[in-house]
Amino acid sequence: MAHIVGGITTSHVPAIGRAIARELQQDPYWKPFFDGFAPVHTWLEQARPDVVVVFYNDHGLNFFLDKMPTFAVGAAPSYVNADEGWGIPQVPAFPGEQHLSWHLINQLIDAEFDLTTCQEMLVDHAFTLPMALLWPDQNWPVKVVPVCFNTVQFPLPSAKRCWALGEAIGQAVRTWQTDDGREPRVLFLGTGGLSHQLDGERAGFINKAFDLQFMNSLIEDPKWATQFSVHQLVEKTGTQGVELLMWLATRAALGEQVRRIHQNYHIPISNTASGLMVMEPVQG
Amino acid sequence: MPTETPIPGTTLFDGTQAMKGYALNKMCYSFNSAANRVAFQQDEDAYCTRYQLNDAQRNAIRNRDVLGLIAAGGNVYYLAKFAGILGLDVQDLGALQTGMSKDAFKAMLVAAGQ
Repeated sequence: MAHIVGGITTSHVPAIGRAIARELQQDPYWKPFFDGFAPVHTWLEQARPDVVVVFYNDHGLNFFLDKMPTFAVGAAPSYVNADEGWGIPQVPAFPGEQHLSWHLINQLIDAEFDLTTCQEMLVDHAFTLPMALLWPDQNWPVKVVPVCFNTVQFPLPSAKRCWALGEAIGQAVRTWQTDDGREPRVLFLGTGGLSHQLDGERAGFINKAFDLQFMNSLIEDPKWATQFSVHQLVEKTGTQGVELLMWLATRAALGEQVRRIHQNYHIPISNTASGLMVMEPVQG
Repeated sequence: MPTETPIPGTTLFDGTQAMKGYALNKMCYSFNSAANRVAFQQDEDAYCTRYQLNDAQRNAIRNRDVLGLIAAGGNVYYLAKFAGILGLDVQDLGALQTGMSKDAFKAMLVAAGQ
């Protein structure tokens, strides 16, 4: 049976890619953000994940408005990124873990989630940059399963639904058995948020108090954010702050209780309040 | 019909906006391709015609009017690709939409962290 080693949640912003490409990690503007990842690297060395299930949202690379799935699960042998419109630096391809993809798909359909399944899938900065923050040498030591959430076109899935999806994925991973009897080590990675708004007269809106309360709730009272409608989440966190839905799914996948291994919070990078957490499940 | 109170300064990209902005967003989505970005830059009007933009959308593109683009059904995820052609980052866009200088906009973001 598979073993869940933990969950990491982090912001994703295209500007991170430019900062990496220009090697600005020690630049005063970027240092407080990149320094947050040193403890993550140490933790990853002992956690040694084999597979990463990545909860993220596509920004108009793989999906357009002609076909907009609420939840899409990748089932491809490998995943590449591509030009998103501003010549973002490319990263090496990510090897897929197709057996886990299909196990998740089967289990989730059984649990009555209606999914879109993708045997070809481009992954954008919301996927690639957090991976590059975890493994800066970009020599990926893991296979991946992308799970994409619609945060582009309303109606978006509710916080409650995203929690339920994460929970179902966690349960499915715990029952995953490989043919060769290995016990794969699985990491969840949730990308996005925290509070920010890119569009409209309210552009630049950030809510530090809510972000800190939300991060804390993931440890103390993990379903706290599921009380809010998506509309309320937009009001409290901005139009792109709803990306915290992927954080919620990540937390839900980890099970009943977690311990906080590491946390970092910094404002701003680009237009975003950036958050970072590492959590480990506590066996009950 | 929306049942919740509107959020000031915020347009939720719902079905109404998605219908209104489809042509505009489709054009912006095409800018994922470098060749299409060049084609747009060579003849903006012809490119807008090819994607059948309406007058409000064409004017907003011509005037680099970000709030106008949103009002005309633009979605920020796709509009970001148009901004990329112009060499603008999201802080430039924030400044344009809020009527601030870029420095003032950046200072506002930094202040949010205090």
